Amino acid sequence: MKVMVAVKRTIDANVKVRVKADGTGVETANVKMAMNPFCEIAVEEAVRLREANVATEVVAVSAGPQAVQETLRSALAIGADRAIHVQTDALLQPLGIAKLLKAVAAKEQPRLIILGKQAIDDDNNQTGQMLAALLDWPQATFASKLKIEGDSAEVVREVDGGLETLAVSLPCVMTTDLRLNEPRYASLPNIMKAKKKPIDALTPEQLGVDVSPRLKVLKVEEPTKRKGGVKVADVAELVTKLRSEAKVIG
Amino acid sequence: MSALVIAEHDNKSLRRATLHAVTAAAALGGEVDVLVAGKEAGAVAQQATKVKGVRKVLHADDAAYAHGLAENLAPLVVAQAGAYSHLLATATTFGKNLMPRVAALLDVAQLSDISQVVSPDTFVRPTYAGNAMATVQSLDQKRVITVRATAFEPAAAEGGAGAVEAIGSKGDSGKTRFVKAELAQSGRPELTSARIIVSGGRAMQSGDNFKLIEAVADRLGAGVGASRAAVDSGFVPNDYQVGQTGKVVAPDLYIAVGISGAIQHLAGMKDSKVIAAINKDAEAPIFQVADYGLVADLFKALPELAAELDKQGLSKTKPST
Repeated sequence: MKVMVAVKRTIDANVKVRVKADGTGVETANVKMAMNPFCEIAVEEAVRLREANVATEVVAVSAGPQAVQETLRSALAIGADRAIHVQTDALLQPLGIAKLLKAVAAKEQPRLIILGKQAIDDDNNQTGQMLAALLDWPQATFASKLKIEGDSAEVVREVDGGLETLAVSLPCVMTTDLRLNEPRYASLPNIMKAKKKPIDALTPEQLGVDVSPRLKVLKVEEPTKRKGGVKVADVAELVTKLRSEAKVIG
Repeated sequence: MSALVIAEHDNKSLRRATLHAVTAAAALGGEVDVLVAGKEAGAVAQQATKVKGVRKVLHADDAAYAHGLAENLAPLVVAQAGAYSHLLATATTFGKNLMPRVAALLDVAQLSDISQVVSPDTFVRPTYAGNAMATVQSLDQKRVITVRATAFEPAAAEGGAGAVEAIGSKGDSGKTRFVKAELAQSGRPELTSARIIVSGGRAMQSGDNFKLIEAVADRLGAGVGASRAAVDSGFVPNDYQVGQTGKVVAPDLYIAVGISGAIQHLAGMKDSKVIAAINKDAEAPIFQVADYGLVADLFKALPELAAELDKQGLSKTKPST
């Protein structure tokens, strides 16, 4: 069984994001970039499936400018076997990306496609569901546990009230939640090995996909800031303030 | 112009989350209809007719809709989409799972988690864990939207006089089967609608120590939440998690206990009306957003807090601990 994993290059999760003064977006110049954390979980899960002899090959896919090859190298260092880079400088949005992934899936014929549930930049939480729709495959989103059994997968999902278990037939799309696994750190030998693994390049034109944006960002602003308040001396003062000043209890 | 809100329910009653999406839909300025797809969920459809501002309730009855599976619901929504300019759901795990599938089938973009309606084609939505608010215009003719519940007041559950219209089912995809749900039964208010929330972080050290949080929460009639660190450490289940990737809450009072205040946690609670923080570390970032900060050891402060609430006659329930 071949597993395909989609990965996204985002601003590093530990970087404090700054909105540009001209309101066109957030500052990305000289900012540390990394693989979206949910995508790391996706790669880890795919590699574990191969290590458990459930998957035979793990193919990592990303779309974007030349720099996304760094992110694909990170996926290869975690343990993906090879990578595909859909090369474009165009502004990509979830629907366009889902169409690109669908076209790649048509070539690769994976039985399972794993994506992060959302990227920590745009917080859209859309691409996996859209890809499943376009492929007419079932979707197991926000997964915290995966078990492949023959032609189907049993997936535990994190839902608002707790957990839900679904059985989905393969091929399917799965998106990862935080607790699916804890991604490994790539070891130095594996990072070196990753440099020799192949990255194939494709373009949206070669895949016959129109990635024109459907959403136009008019402006980006900082949220209204909350100011810190006062320190209280003890529990009694806290309760008194909450009661008589803030009037939120009592 | 008219909007269709996809109702979330358990086949018995309408989830309160849906009322927020009705308000967002009404802000678009046109008619608002609600789709109730379920198994023997007639009572839910009736309930939806009473929601203020609802014109019509489309009701589809099929066992295929019993568990809100996106594979079965999406084609049903798409079949009704022709009559509507906007399709909305609240950005719960239900809405987040379903709506992008609907959008892709319609070949339109989705606007996720909107916090403001600027005009029928332009919306504000948080990005980067709420650190950058983007004003986004849709270039599509049809708009598929999920709504941030805390940004829109719930529509009144009574006072409407909508009519129910039965619609046909699109059947079962046969590709996905519901196996089971393990839902928490705490008896405490749900986080997204609780008026007060008491949350614990990594510093709680164990799940057992959450009893200290619960003792305070139960006195206040509050919901119990947690930081991602506390959930990842296995102290409490995933549905407790408040934050960018968990639940977004905005209660009247949020009490953060032993929570340092990571960006991703703040993203889920910084719109609370009043924030109180208890932390041993005076430099913890949580104090930069807290209205009231108490630098103290939580293992001492929490029992004191419970006792103080009793003393000042503020406890709602007779304390058991």
